[in-house]
Parts: sequence; C-alpha cells; structure tokens
Amino acid sequence: MKLALADHLIVAPVLLPLAASALMLLFDERQRKAKSFVSLLTVLALLAVALILFQRVVSAGFDGGPAASAYHLGNWPAPFGIVLVVDWLSGLMLLVTSILAVTSLVYSLSRWERAGPRFHALFLLQLMGLNGAFLTGDIFNLFVFFEVLLAASYGLLLHGSGPARVKAGLHYVSINIMTSLLFLIGAGMIYGVTGTLNMADLALRIPLVQGADLALLQSGIAVLGVAFLVKAGMWPLGFWLPATYAAAVPPVAALFAILSKVGIYALMRVYLLLFGGKVGWTANFGEEWLLYGGLATMAFGTIGLLAARTLSRLAGYSVIVSSGTLLASLGVGQGAVLAGALFYLVSSTLGLSAFYLLLELIERRDTDPGVRAVVEPVFEDEDTDALEEGESEVGVVIPVTIAILGGGFLFCALLLAGMPPLSGFVAKFAIMHGVMGLGRDISAAAWTLVALLIISGLATIVATSRAGIDLIWTPSDRPQPVLRLWEAIPVGLLLLICLGLMIFAGPVMRYMERTGRSLQDRDGYIHAVLPAESMAHRESQP
Amino acid sequence: MEAVLAIAIGVLTASGVWLILRPRTFQVIIGLSLVSYAVNLFIYAMGRLRVDAPALTGAEQAGAASLSDPVPQALVLTAIVISFAMTALMLVVLLAARGLTGTDHVDGEDGE
Repeated sequence: MKLALADHLIVAPVLLPLAASALMLLFDERQRKAKSFVSLLTVLALLAVALILFQRVVSAGFDGGPAASAYHLGNWPAPFGIVLVVDWLSGLMLLVTSILAVTSLVYSLSRWERAGPRFHALFLLQLMGLNGAFLTGDIFNLFVFFEVLLAASYGLLLHGSGPARVKAGLHYVSINIMTSLLFLIGAGMIYGVTGTLNMADLALRIPLVQGADLALLQSGIAVLGVAFLVKAGMWPLGFWLPATYAAAVPPVAALFAILSKVGIYALMRVYLLLFGGKVGWTANFGEEWLLYGGLATMAFGTIGLLAARTLSRLAGYSVIVSSGTLLASLGVGQGAVLAGALFYLVSSTLGLSAFYLLLELIERRDTDPGVRAVVEPVFEDEDTDALEEGESEVGVVIPVTIAILGGGFLFCALLLAGMPPLSGFVAKFAIMHGVMGLGRDISAAAWTLVALLIISGLATIVATSRAGIDLIWTPSDRPQPVLRLWEAIPVGLLLLICLGLMIFAGPVMRYMERTGRSLQDRDGYIHAVLPAESMAHRESQP
Repeated sequence: MEAVLAIAIGVLTASGVWLILRPRTFQVIIGLSLVSYAVNLFIYAMGRLRVDAPALTGAEQAGAASLSDPVPQALVLTAIVISFAMTALMLVVLLAARGLTGTDHVDGEDGE
C-alpha cells in the first residue's frame, strides 16, 4: 500500500509532542524562553495537524466517501500490527484536545509554568497520551496511551507542590494504578477468549463467541468497563475527582477537563463498536449500567454542586455532572440522543476548561498572589525561581478587569447550566429532543434523564450565582484583581469558541449527527481498519 | 500446574487488596506491587499454560500450532515496565507526602 506524505499526518499528533518533550530535557530549567517557545510551537503545530485531519474527515465524509482512515504502523496488516484511526469521533476529540492545549499553555506561560520544574515536558507528554488514546485502534495500545497520559498527569498534578497537592496526588496515583491493573485484567480476559485486541477485529469476533467462553468474555468486558468508568468519574467510582481537580494548578485543571472525557471516549468507542449490533447478546450489552450509573452520577454531582463551598469544588462537581449526563445519554444510546451527547461533550469540555482558568483569576485577590504559588519544591534538584511578582505585571488595576471577569463568570455559568442562548442549552436541548424522539415507549429512566438534565442545570445556576454574588458583587476591601492580558485571552478564546458553537449550531449539529450515525453503523470503521477479505469472511459466516 | 498458578494469583491479589486498604502509604505501595504481580501472571495465563512450548524457534517440525502464544508475553513485558515505573513514581510521592505532612498516613493526618 502506497501512502502519500499527507497520510502520514495521522501519526503526527503522537510523535510531535513526544519529540518536543524529549527535546525539553536538553534545556536547562533556566532557559524558560526557549522552552516556552518550543512548546508553543509544538502546540500550534498540533492544532494545525488536528485541523487538517478534521477537515479531511469532514470533506471526505460529507462527499459520501469513507470518513475513517487508518494508519498501519510499519505497514503491518491490521489485526496484527498497531493501527491508528482517524474518524468522525477521533477527529473531533483531537481538535478539542489541541484547542485546550493551546489555551492552557498560553495561560500557563504568564505565570504557572514557573511554579515547578519540567512543566513543559510533562504537558507535552500529556498531550501525546491524549492524542494517542483518541487515535489508537486496539485495546492494548489504549492501555499504553492511558498510562502515558496518566504518568504525565501525576507529574502535572504535583506541579507547584504543597501539602494539598501531594495529598490529592497520593490518592489520585493509587486509584489510577489500581484502575490500570483492572484495565489489564479486562484486556487479558478479552484476549484470552477472542485471541485479538484490535477493536475492529473484536467487533467481528465477539458475536461468534459461545458457550463457556461467553461468561469469561462478559466478565472481562465488565472489568474493562469499570476501568473506563473510574476514569470517567461515574458514581460511586468518582469520589477522587473533585478533590484532585481542585488541587491541580489552573492550567492543568483546564487540561484535565478533557481527561475525564477520555474515559467517556473509550466507552463510546469500545462500547458502541463492540455492542452496537442489533442481534444476539451483544446488542446493547450492559446498557442499563451506563444509564442508571449515569443517572446516579448526575444526582450525586447535583447534590455536590449545591453543597460545594469553594469555586474549585463547584467546578469539580460540574465535571461529574457532565460525565453523568454523557454516560446516561450513552445508556439511552439511540439515534439523535448520541448526537446531542457529542455536542454536549464538546461544549461542556470547553466550558469547564474556561471555568477552571477563570475561577483562579477571580479568586486570586482572595489571597496574596505572591504566597499562593511559592511553596517548597518537591524536586529540589534544579533551580526553580520563585515567581517574581510585581516587575512583570503588565496588567492594569482598573474596574474594567472585574467587569470582564464578572462577564466571563456569567458566561461560564450560563454555559455550564445549559441556559439559552449559549451552546450548553443547544446541547441539552438536543439530548432532550433525542429522548423525546424515541417514540411512545420512552422509559421511566429516560424521563428521569430529562428531569435530571433540568435539575442539574438549576443546581448549577443556584450554586454559581451564590458563588458569583459572593465573589464579585459583595463590596469588600480586598484588592482589585490584576488581570493580565495573556491570561484573559485564553479564557476569552474558549468562550468565543462556545459562542461559535451556538451561532453555527446547525453545521456543528450536522457533524455530530454524522458522528453519531458512524458510531452506530460500525462498518465504516471496520472497513477502514481491516483488509477487505476479513470482512468478506465475516459475511460468509452467518 | 493450573491449580498452583491459580492459587498464586489468588493469594497475591488477596494480600495486595488487603494491603491497599491499609492506612499507611508504604503498605499501599506494597499492595499495589503485589496486585500488579498477580495481574502479570494472570495475563500470562490468558495465553494458555503450556509446558515446553517453544517461543520462537524449534517449531519447524511440529508447525506453528506448537508455539506458545507470543502476544501475552509482549503484553506482560509492557505491563511489567509500566508498573515498575509507576511504583517508582509512587515512592517519590510517598516521600514527598511524608516530608510535607510529617506522617505516613494516606490522608496526611493520623485519624487515631
């Protein structure tokens, strides 16, 4: 098979950050300018690559051609070699990741990258793990990329150090190592029964499993599902999430907003590919777990939102609500609900990321900014200057800043709550519309989903307005927050994209609908990955 | 042999899980290591247990079917490396937590 140079682009989202991150190790910790420059360049290149891949999926897909394209590493044939796949869903996730990467990095450059050593190397490795997890076409490499992104996230979570972060980090690392072991058990059992870990190949082989092997396979898949659900933060597996996200420094938390979505992505990919069939035991296997688990998560997140005393906790519970909404919609799982869920995924990820960036700016005046970040480093092997405050302040201390921050906060709150006219509303409306469109036989659980969607929105409004009034309107003798231009721009950019999602809701929704359909009718994906004869082989076997 | 391996995996997992639920960070790390050994053995067992099956060469006479399955071995190798690295990282976090909080309790404070 002859590949054009452009086809090799699929592997760039993995290789580019890896190479740049390795390059970072050559720089001394004091060469900050050079490091920042290289990471900024890498992240922008990643955005460009993601845009090109996305554009190719869109142009090929809407022309009626095959949207999914696979890249066989080392040209090994599909079920045996490693395969990377770009299709509707992974193209979208790549794009969202690179947008978050650009905004988080720009935000961190003005201040937070200096709170500890090796920020850039870890940041880029995190991106490599994320991109790889979205692209990979087999379960074992999904595990490997999960480990890469987790290992980087451990480092990033501890960035800035301090007792709170180390404590949260200890819990986070333990839980995730345990989860990875569950992942391995699940992958091992699936391999033991089917003899393959390639997702497309699994989709063909799983319906053929019979007899005593069936119980083993089903338990393997259930164990694997638990591993994904811990990542996604489903109740009762997600108690670690709010504390961890609250402890991370803001640009890291903003990037972590997509970390819980990786679990959701893995579920969507694996679950819909393997169990999207219409007949036999594989048809919607375990769907009720996703549905009821998602509903419980939404309820838990809603209660947490109302009980949260700090803004960062509030944001953490918003992540949980968003995960729960996605899980429950995946559990309802049919037709237009999926398209709405995908829209919600994009909108809530961007919104949460903006929220994490914004709330640090708002809360900054609560404490002396000099004290917050300067803590003893854990890794004392290299020079980590304390943040030099004052001299580099470019910002202006005028009431305009509070107006901008307040406006941004309002915008975020409306976005997360799903109030019209912002994209959160479009997303929630699309999910509800999808549920209503199921026809007469709407189950009680689906109605509960609709009710919880509205209630969680209300709880978000209540909680954010309470916090907002306290932080922004209450007169106090606290100093005015100092807003630096380069910290405001990323937040503004994220909110602008959300605004764009709302204005261009029509075309975006069309894309989401195609994505939803491509996930449900799996042949496009399987065709792209496997050689034609293995498909023919399946069709000859009833 | 199946029984021995099954018992070994079971004992390792049980001790590991018990240790993970203990309140001291060092116990948690040992627990995680034990569970990861159990998981490595488990993956290996998923390639079916075979005695004297050649890994790569030596199957010229008997054909490919007599070879042992190479994929679980590759998986185990990757898993070993990853869990080794994670244990090292966990130890660093343990030391940092011990240094910053002054206790080896997982919550950073002694509940008793």
